[in-house]
Amino acid sequence: MNGNAAAAVRERYRKLEADAAARIKAIYNGPVIRVGTATCGIAAGALPVKEAFARVVEEKGLPAKIIDVGCMGHCYAEPLVIISKPGFPSLCYGYLDEDLAARLVDDFLINDDPCYEFALVALEPNDVFPTFSDFPRGVYEQKIVLEHCGFIDPGDIDHYIARGGYGALAAALGKAPAGVLDTVKESHLRGRGGAGFPAGLKWEAAVKAGPGEKYVICNADEGDPGAFMDRGILESCPHQVIEGMLLCAYAVGAERGYFYIRAEYPLAVERVRRALEQAREKGLLGGAILGSGFNCELEIFQGSGAFVCGEATALVRSMEGKMGIPATRPPRLAQSGYRGRPTVLNNVKTFAYVPPIFNRGVEWFKSIGTDDNPGTAVFSLVGKVAHTGLVEVPMGTTLRQLIFEVGEGPANGKAFKAAQIGGPSGGCLPEAALDIPIDFDSLQEAGAIMGSGGLVVLDEDDCMVAIARYFLEFTQQESCGKCTFCRLGTKHMLDILTRITEGCGEPGDLEILEELAEDVRDGSLCNLGATAPNPVLTTLRYFRDEYEAHIFEKRCPALMCKELIVYYIEPQKCSKLCNVCVGSCPTEAIYTRDDGLKAIDQEKCVKCDNCLKTCPPDYNAVIKLSPPGLLTEKEGKKA
Amino acid sequence: MPSIHVKRGVFLPLLEGEEELIRKSVSGVLQEYEAAQENLIPILLQVQEMLGYLPGPAMEQIAAALKIPAVDVYGLATFYNQFRLHPPGKHQLKVCMGTACYMVGGRIALECFERRLGIKEGETTPGREFSLERVACVGCCTMAPVVVVDEQVEGKVTPTRVDGILLSFEKPAAPGAEAAGQKGEDAS
Ligand SMILES: Cc1cc2nc3c(=O)[nH]c(=O)nc-3n(C[C@H](O)[C@H](O)[C@H](O)COP(=O)(O)O)c2cc1C
Ligand code: SF4
Ligand code: SF4
Ligand code: FES
Ligand code: FES
Repeated sequence: MNGNAAAAVRERYRKLEADAAARIKAIYNGPVIRVGTATCGIAAGALPVKEAFARVVEEKGLPAKIIDVGCMGHCYAEPLVIISKPGFPSLCYGYLDEDLAARLVDDFLINDDPCYEFALVALEPNDVFPTFSDFPRGVYEQKIVLEHCGFIDPGDIDHYIARGGYGALAAALGKAPAGVLDTVKESHLRGRGGAGFPAGLKWEAAVKAGPGEKYVICNADEGDPGAFMDRGILESCPHQVIEGMLLCAYAVGAERGYFYIRAEYPLAVERVRRALEQAREKGLLGGAILGSGFNCELEIFQGSGAFVCGEATALVRSMEGKMGIPATRPPRLAQSGYRGRPTVLNNVKTFAYVPPIFNRGVEWFKSIGTDDNPGTAVFSLVGKVAHTGLVEVPMGTTLRQLIFEVGEGPANGKAFKAAQIGGPSGGCLPEAALDIPIDFDSLQEAGAIMGSGGLVVLDEDDCMVAIARYFLEFTQQESCGKCTFCRLGTKHMLDILTRITEGCGEPGDLEILEELAEDVRDGSLCNLGATAPNPVLTTLRYFRDEYEAHIFEKRCPALMCKELIVYYIEPQKCSKLCNVCVGSCPTEAIYTRDDGLKAIDQEKCVKCDNCLKTCPPDYNAVIKLSPPGLLTEKEGKKA
Repeated sequence: MPSIHVKRGVFLPLLEGEEELIRKSVSGVLQEYEAAQENLIPILLQVQEMLGYLPGPAMEQIAAALKIPAVDVYGLATFYNQFRLHPPGKHQLKVCMGTACYMVGGRIALECFERRLGIKEGETTPGREFSLERVACVGCCTMAPVVVVDEQVEGKVTPTRVDGILLSFEKPAAPGAEAAGQKGEDAS
């Protein structure tokens, strides 16, 4: 592109940005209420809260605006809102309900009392209320991918543009595509879909594949059953991913790209669709982008719920209307991918890193994280941890810092047991392994993998054999069936694990499991099969005693495996005045003994956990026993 | 031509007028797409959205339009978890079996539904009132265990909440149950 044309592109962007900034500034001249309405916010009740705000604001005739935003990452405190009022710092409130919403309008918007007792954190530095950086989490967190998530309206492109969004694209269009590629290569950005392959090398391979039609695909299949980073990003800041894809398309010379999004994520699909429309209207997508010579169309393809389709070659096949079965490589997708053409496929987060790298520079990016793993890692931190949510920390942070500082440790005062990282391909790491730094290579050494960022914290109530069985059941069901070992080896392993959890484990089972694990690992074409044994191998490595308790004592130390536990009401704790458990039991298994206390008829009990949940905390009389044989001991004592 | 619908014998009998509805809906969807295998998955998704499931005749009609064997369509529909070959209930209950949900009682919630409804996962109650399925993570792990009731995500579903969810459908006027309201008479 010649200098004049480049200047015209820049000028056109400058105008877009100025208009957007003016519009957004006008919005923030008055009070603004931002409501977190990503999927999980909605599940937590964000919509009635939003309606309550709207109703009261309208009743009182206030000029306040109500805006949808995505995930702020503090999912444990949902529903969440941010209230900005000129003259005050923007304040974030959690655990909202309709009453609190009405009260905040009255007290804060009308009477200037921000109700600090309900506020969680202030967004801007100020003299009255702590900001994110005053909390341990804020100290560790550094947001690149999640920078705008939860703060901007994903349904209004101006919010993104006003924060400089699409500026990286505008600047890049003034350079030669090769320059764009060089920047990504120099940044050492590694793909965030699991394997950590350098993005720049992948893009370069597509360039080297020669001229002609090429494709860019964003992998938003997110099949790891316990991870939602990609959903959160697409629902909260879809434009950053779109901009990243456009930069990639420009660098490799593609004119068409696809978002491959799981059908289970309807809201993400809707928000991306809307974002694409708005980008098109602004001239940021489609023909002659920003008046340059660069054309690129992006579309959505909805995945149909097969885990294996997250694998690159299977994904491409499924886009072609075939069964998603992985193919042997080479050829790599960069040579022959979608429709047999060179294709660049990256994860959602990988694309989301690209615009910030251009905006702030390669050196800045490389200053974060470690030498071999620049940048940050995004996790969905879930399970038995106090502060669940979406978190982003520099690579090299330790798991301990992530779980105990950022996530504030296990919930409800329970003892930490393991961190499950990397989903069905990953492993369970014990307390002793928590000091390893988070990066692609260190985690692999410990037997787990970085994966795409699912991190499930497990505590003393979680059975390690059961979780290994759970993942194996998952991979077994999701195996595409092409490789014998993946299909049958996992089935065999699953059968053994099932037997163990049911109390029918035998001496020698663990050795057979280890042998099978090796066979499955070596005999599988794609990583679904090759990594399927990881959950079993890591639990065997770090928690072998739990397996042995199941096999030799028929005991589940975590009191989780149904066949190895019984429910029991402790007479010395049960109260004659209470009978809530009786009504809660679906099978009428609970009866009143002659002395007025309650007891369980084991013949009728289906182990539904209801009585244990409903027994009032004052008594806590319902307990689980393992092995079931303990029951005779207990009942014997009573007699 | 013998239909896969008859041959496989796995499909429920169609209701009166359903055949006609199927034909019309499928034709409508087919018009929107170029007849290429590449569009098979989008076509199937859209047909399922309209009909609630993929009846045998619909798959045959699609196969004929795309000029591919019906078994290929059937194979694809069984490969992907998203497709349903049986008519769903009027209310669809999907219990999340993702890691976070499984570990905090998803299994217990599923068993509670099975017991209360008298069906197993993957089945529909005889009056086509409820169907029960498992799904992998719906992305709300922080609210685990999660159940998707129709399109609504319900978090922290304890066994008592299971009862609450089912009870909310018993009263036709209950909020969030407008589908039950339309045909309140068979909400039993
Ligand atoms: C069974 C299986 C499932 C996968 N699922 C995903 C996924 O859900 N999302 C993803 O980005 N990558 C997934 N991958 C990795 C992809 O094959 C591919 O490496 C990745 O999308 C490339 O993007 P990246 O270079 O940006 O990491 C999966 C791989 C396998 C073997
Ligand atoms: S390893 Fe498993 S999922 Fe992967 S190609 Fe082989 S059979 Fe299919
Ligand atoms: S666990 Fe369930 S079935 Fe058993 S006694 Fe308690 S409430 Fe009844
Ligand atoms: S704050 Fe809702 S998804 Fe995180
Ligand atoms: S595991 Fe159930 S929503 Fe993620």
